[in-house]
Formats: sequence, C-alpha cells, structure tokens
Amino acid sequence: MTKARVATVWMDGCSGCHMSFLDMDERLLDLADRMDLVYSPLVDLKEFPLEVDVAIIEGSVSSEEDLEKLYHVRSRTKVLVSLGDCAVTANVPSMRNPFDLDCVLRRGYEENADVNRQVPVENVPRLLPRARPLHEFVKVDVFVPGCPPSADLIHFVVSELLEGRTPELAGQCRFGA
Amino acid sequence: MPTITIDPITRIEGHSRVSIHLDKSGMVQDAQLHVTQFRGFEKLCQGRPFYEMPALMARICGICPVSHLIASAKACDALLAVRIPETAERLRRIMHLAQIIQSHALSFFYLCSPDFLLGMDSDPAHRNLFGVAAHSPQLARDGVQLRKFGQEIIRILGGKRIHPAWIVPGGVSNPLKAEDRDAILKMVPEALEIAQRTLTWFKRQLENFREEIRVFANFPSHFLALAKDDGGLAFYKGWIRIVDADGEIVNNFEARDYQEYIGEAVEPNSYLKSPFYKPLGYPQGMYRVGPLARLNMARHCGTPLADQELAEFRELERRFVLSSFYYHYARLIEILFSIERIEWLLNSEGILSDHVRAYAGPNEYEGVGVAEAPRGTLIHHYKINPNGLIQTANLIIATSHNNLAMNRGLTQVAKHFIKGRVVPEGALNRVEAVIRAFDPCLSCSTHADGRMMLNVQVFSSDGELINEVNR
Repeated sequence: MTKARVATVWMDGCSGCHMSFLDMDERLLDLADRMDLVYSPLVDLKEFPLEVDVAIIEGSVSSEEDLEKLYHVRSRTKVLVSLGDCAVTANVPSMRNPFDLDCVLRRGYEENADVNRQVPVENVPRLLPRARPLHEFVKVDVFVPGCPPSADLIHFVVSELLEGRTPELAGQCRFGA
Repeated sequence: MPTITIDPITRIEGHSRVSIHLDKSGMVQDAQLHVTQFRGFEKLCQGRPFYEMPALMARICGICPVSHLIASAKACDALLAVRIPETAERLRRIMHLAQIIQSHALSFFYLCSPDFLLGMDSDPAHRNLFGVAAHSPQLARDGVQLRKFGQEIIRILGGKRIHPAWIVPGGVSNPLKAEDRDAILKMVPEALEIAQRTLTWFKRQLENFREEIRVFANFPSHFLALAKDDGGLAFYKGWIRIVDADGEIVNNFEARDYQEYIGEAVEPNSYLKSPFYKPLGYPQGMYRVGPLARLNMARHCGTPLADQELAEFRELERRFVLSSFYYHYARLIEILFSIERIEWLLNSEGILSDHVRAYAGPNEYEGVGVAEAPRGTLIHHYKINPNGLIQTANLIIATSHNNLAMNRGLTQVAKHFIKGRVVPEGALNRVEAVIRAFDPCLSCSTHADGRMMLNVQVFSSDGELINEVNR
C-alpha cells in the first residue's frame, strides 16, 4: 500500500493549529505508517512537491506571498483542508481590516519604535489591504473551524481523509473553542 | 559567483528568510535575517475592552499563549490596581511552567533533535521527527511524552491545551480541584525521568558538536532577564536585570520603567524589530535573552536537581556561557527545574483555595505586565480610557530581543561554513541551525507569520546583486 502524501502549510496564523496537530501526541508517530509528511514547517523539504494528496492549511491570506503560495499549493493538491478559524474566516488577522493598512504598519514601526522609524519594504512580502479566508481565492474541500480545532478532531479529519472518505463534521466542531 | 536561497528555513516557528552577502572572491561578508509576517496586534486591539486582552493576545502565538496570557493579565491587574490572591498567582505559575516544559520540548525534540541524533549533514528527507522515531524510538517517544506532560497540565487547569481562557485580569477563573492536583502529581515521576535521561544523553553528544559550539553565535554580549532579589531564577515576576558578559550587573529596573532602558529599532528588510539597551545606543546595545540569559544570571534555580545541573553548566566556560549552541542545554535544565517547581507548588499549602480572583473596575489608565516566556522577557503595555477601552498597546516580544544577536550569529556561522562557490547542504543546515538554537518564535515576534527562507544572495562589494540561488 502506498502512503498518502500529506503537507501542512502555515500562512497568517499563530501556529496554534500546527501545535494542535502535534497534540495528537503518539498518534502522530502512528500516522507515519499511513502517510508521508512531504512538506511542512516540521520537515526539511523546501519545495512544495507535485501530487500532494492532502494539504492542511493554517492561517489567513494576508500578504502577496500567502496568496502566491495558496495558488501554488492548490494547483498541486487533491484535497485542500482549511484548518482553524483564521483559515476559515480570517478571524484574528482580519481584526486589522477596519483600519487602513498604513495606520497598522505605522503603529508597529513608527509609533512603537525609537530608532530608524520606517515601514519595512525590502526583502519582505507586501501585505494585502485586508486579511481574507482561503476560500475567497481557491476551492476549499474541507473546512475545520476552531481556535484551534482539538487534536482529536484533527486526528479524525486526517484519518478519514487517509481512508479516502470525506470527514462528516456536522456537530463535531465549533468556532472559537 | 553563487547566491543561495534557503526557502523556507524549516524546523523553526516562523516565517523568514536569510540573505548572505558574499564578496568578489566568494567569501561571506554579512548575513541577514528577514522575517516576513506581520499581523498588527498593536493596532487591531485598539478600541477593544481591556478585559478581552488576555484571550486576544494569546492568539499572537500558539506555542507560548500562556506567556501572553500572563503578561497581558498582569498588565490588566495593574489597570485594576489589585493584588491578586496568592493561590491565583501560584496557579498561574504552574500553568506558565507547564508551558516552559512543552515549548522547550517542542524546540529540543521536535525541531532540533534531528540535527543532534542524525547529524547536521544527514539526509534532509529524513532529518525530522519521523526520522528520529525510526532511528531512536525512545528519544522520539520521550519528546512526545514530555511535551504532552506540559500540555496536559495546561488542559487540566484551563480546560484546553491551546489558548485556555483561564488566566484572567485579577487572577484565574477556576480553582484547582484535589483530584486534578493528584492527577498531575502522578505524572511527575515519568517526566523527571525523561528530563534527566535526555540531559545525560545530550551532555554526551556535546563532544560531536565542538565546531558548532565554537561558532554558533559565540561572542560576548549583555544578557537580559527577570531576576529575583536573591538572584534566583525567575519566570513570573522580578526585576528586569541586565548584566554584561562578565556577569557584572549593569542595571536593574522595574517593568513599568522599561521604556527608559529598552528601545526598539526598525530595519528596512525585516518585519522583526530589534530591541536594544538604550544607554549603549543602537546597535551597540545588543543583548541576549532566553534560557541562556536566565541561567547565566541565576545564582541558583531553587530546586535540588536543577541546581546540581546548573553547577555543572557553569563549568562549561570560564565566566558566563557565551556560545548560543548551549541554549539547547539550558532548555533541558529549565525543563527539569519546571517539573520540580510544579511539584513543589502543587504540594504547597493553600493551592486548593477557592479564592483565586480579585474583582475591580479600571482604577489605573496605564498598565505594564512582564513575564519570562520560554524564549525570553515578554512585555505588554496598555493604555485605556475611563471606559476601559484600549487606546494604545505596545508589545515587546521575547524573540525580538535576540534579533541583533541572531543576525550576528548568522554571519558568524555563514563565514565559517560557507567558503566559495560550492555550498554543501549541511552548511546551509547549519545556518538554519544557529537560528534554531535561539528557538525564535517568529509568529510571536512580529505579532506576525512561519516560513523561513534562507536566501543567499550574492552582492558585489558595490552593492550590485550578482546572483541568487534558491534551494
């Protein structure tokens, strides 16, 4: 039996969803029999590979780099999972949306700085004016809300997908908790 | 002339890239870390009720949310102008130490142990936790168990492992039940065993990393951490103390006066700011924070096993321990200390008291809260209006204190391992590994994102980009 090719991607989030993924504890090591983690902050492979079976994405789309990456991941992935409230609704990152982006940047890099007050522009991705959820840009196959979703829920979702089934999430999860 | 890009830097907690500048002969001149995420917490909280801050600010970071909960709640305690009940403070400390354990276990086992066990030059396809599990099931299992121990304590106290809504302005929301205390105490012996076993193993590994120890951000610098009056190791409260590389105390100040001594500088090529010690100016005011700073500064830990380890740790170098490779070692000692301390706190008198929260309205319009996060000193500073709505917030995050030192360490490692046109993968992994030694949390530090690119760009001496290599 060939192992499923799984990727995890961290966009504009706090990594809490990735930590909840690790909270599967020993079950994560057991999953290694059925899947290969082919791309993730946890492994050293630097290129998002071709033919990924499942890509689990945490975080919202907040910068041009996030957006580029999202299109790239979608084009190489069979099943795309929007994991956690930031990916599903843009949640906390979207709290900056009512403010003008310039004001947000100026707060961080001019008002709250003492030396070289300036908004960074070199070698850093440009931010989008608004942080948005994944499904505004690409087709999302599975939505898993939560802040973060529990490890049990993530384990259920991954196990179902590895069995080739679409996880039935009605009543299993809620926003925030 | 080669340029190399490592994109992303992996097995760290954050999004960033590195550029390494070479001269005409292909020798490294300089290296820089670029952090590529920004969320704008200092703006997006404006206008929110202050009592929402702990839960909101926890979302800065899924790895160390408890530190943000504590620093934020302490800033809110200052706004309420209350002294929280003694039991509440102890319960907060227990959760905080549990987080030190899980976060350090994440760094040591999940992110860094592949380099220690399999080697810096091993096959990148297997240089990860699963490769560790295949090679040494015991080490992987120990890492999982130790992180689980910390996370479970957080869940038992606060209802969930990540972003528990239990630490609140004025204290904590629920007291500890006797059966929960006993459940945690039952897990202590195994955790202690793992911590000691790992320390023994790692100390034996040090012999294989002499070269890394010599060049991994190894230089004299100031250190900054919380400190108690008696010089004991402090995580929850204390003076902010700054010492020089010889261990002389340079300054001791209260958290609320931080702006007199700590400035923040911005570099145009990173979303990560660079704090510095104001009296020395920028960038001369570089200092390091985190496990290495705390253990260098601590006269004692205050628990028997950790104190023995600290004495041995002190023998590594003549005065202060200056090699940043030893951050890993310091992390293991702090894990040991935290387990011992949690046990002591759980057995302390009054820990089951129902009185765990002080109630008040906003009595002060400005508050500063501080805590030692796993990665170093964390400061939250809020101003509110009479209605309790946030007017301004300023956050200084643990990892950012280390920004200047990380950049200098990157240059040191790149100069040592990158020589000329052909750059072996293992050399690039070491460039990443010096960053891993600091265990930066870039999610936190830019209140921001988690990709790290190592982008080696080659510039000529007159600043022209000659070449760029991506890997």
